[in-house]
Amino acid sequence: MAEEVKTPVPPPPLEGEKKPAAEERAAPASAEPAKPAAPAKPAGPVPVPWTSPLVEKYKGQYGSGIDAQTYLGQNYFAVDRSLIPNILRLLRDEEQFDYCVDITAVHYPQREKQFDVVWILYSFPRNQRVRVKTQIADGASISSSVSIWATANWLEREVYDMFGIQFDGHPDLKRILLPDGWKGHPLRKDYGILQQDNEWVQINLGIESGQ
Amino acid sequence: MKDSTHDASNRTLSNLDLETPEKPYLDSNELIINMGPQHPATHGVLRVILKLDGEKVLGTECVIGYLHRGVEKIAENRTYTMFNPYVDRMDYVAAVSNGLGYCEAVEKLMNVEAPARAKYIRVILTELNRIASHQLWLGTHALDIGAMTPLFYTFRDREEILKIFEKYCGARLTTHAFRIGGCQYETYAGFEKEVKNFLTFVAPKIDEYEELLTTNRIWIERTRNVGVISAADAIGLGVTGPVLRASGVKWDLRKAQPYAAYSEFDFDIPTGTNGDTYDRYLVRMAEMRQSLRIIEQAVNRIPEGPIMAKVPKIIKPPVGEIYHSIEAPKGELGYFIVSDGSTQPYRLRVRPPSFVNLQALDIMVRGLLVADVVAVIGTIDIVLGEVDR
Repeated sequence: MAEEVKTPVPPPPLEGEKKPAAEERAAPASAEPAKPAAPAKPAGPVPVPWTSPLVEKYKGQYGSGIDAQTYLGQNYFAVDRSLIPNILRLLRDEEQFDYCVDITAVHYPQREKQFDVVWILYSFPRNQRVRVKTQIADGASISSSVSIWATANWLEREVYDMFGIQFDGHPDLKRILLPDGWKGHPLRKDYGILQQDNEWVQINLGIESGQ
Repeated sequence: MKDSTHDASNRTLSNLDLETPEKPYLDSNELIINMGPQHPATHGVLRVILKLDGEKVLGTECVIGYLHRGVEKIAENRTYTMFNPYVDRMDYVAAVSNGLGYCEAVEKLMNVEAPARAKYIRVILTELNRIASHQLWLGTHALDIGAMTPLFYTFRDREEILKIFEKYCGARLTTHAFRIGGCQYETYAGFEKEVKNFLTFVAPKIDEYEELLTTNRIWIERTRNVGVISAADAIGLGVTGPVLRASGVKWDLRKAQPYAAYSEFDFDIPTGTNGDTYDRYLVRMAEMRQSLRIIEQAVNRIPEGPIMAKVPKIIKPPVGEIYHSIEAPKGELGYFIVSDGSTQPYRLRVRPPSFVNLQALDIMVRGLLVADVVAVIGTIDIVLGEVDR
């Protein structure tokens, strides 16, 4: 229940607070604040540093490659891409995060590292949730976690299908919801909502367009 | 037929933990056949590629996506309010649960809370929907296995729930019952009385279903020790809901991380021990009775007061991201929403229980017969609208 406790936060004005890892990476700093409408909600809640023995331990071990924040009572790690396999395995083996709830991604086309990959984990013994996220560039790959949680198999296939992110070491990385020969990855921001693979539709369905 | 050329050593079963029959009486060639996508027992358009040795299943592969509508992409192009009815079209037999999860996730992102009265109405309707979903599951699952009567019984009784939904919000299936911040509709005159009538009506009906099946020899033979999944496998595969609980894991989000008004009610979490199809049946039957308990407590003490929290007409959550999940009839239904401060979600991810649970099909049917595949697909309780989104 620890994560459900809503921490009343004095809201200091903090720019680009959405991606805490962005500060040290500097690159997206200019692109981030441009997106949210500045006058909309000045007094919204902001992420605060998450302090717990778990965080201390990992920060001591990995230093600046890992950052921990709490937003609206939900904890997350922002982790450097190279540390991902280690951190995920440690969270499962040592910290009892035995249930991988979900794996997903978010596309930020204006950033240099375009994708956030997000793991949502839960621990039955602790009754606690944590999110782990990392930034990767378009075309870069990330190590698969199928060997850590068997459920990652389909979840990673869906991320690949929708975003085109490659997972190294996945036993059978192929499209899952869209047909095999489909072109493009629909949840990328540059893929329009009315866009589709007309060629596929014409060949396989025998119609001019599915629209 | 003693034919030495049909030697058992040709068979490649070693890695599948199957005993090799001493006398192969069938052709030892493996057979690959499609089950579905158009098949009455796949509960929609699910295609399962079966690798068979005679009648024995050596392995399966699910081909899904036939109902893919790109719900997550649609969400990015609609406002938060406009997207609300879309969630009903995922798990369309439990639309109220989908709506509850979505509304609560957006409320959490906006840092508002629904009023107590709205929470109680939400609990009552959601639990009614859980019973309806389990009834539909029971009827179709039993029909798949060969018992036709339960289908008529459950559909007859489910009708009463749909009538309450219809009177409350005008729709029977895709209800769009809740709004971000509470409920749009006040309960109609006589709502409490009708819900109470329903409780007294349906309790003996659940006994009736059990009378037909629980001690029925054919039912037991077809379900006991079929589709067994251990607790460790279930956790590793991310399986949730009744399937997880039937394997002996006492975990229910309504208790573990209570949402809506669930912390105020007294109910138990039914669990099984063997993790087989029969236990999953018993767990769901017990869950229906627990839902009745929750509804009874809720309907007897619905608080007075407003049904909508103060939310702006134009919903514009602050920049941030949130994950919120609820215990839907099929398992953990989660919404991961990223807001960029505009009126539309920057990214909205649905964590569908059916999709994740379906992945366990392969491990559950290996070594069983083809007829058992039908039983196992039924027992996982999938809705393809939610698997494919």
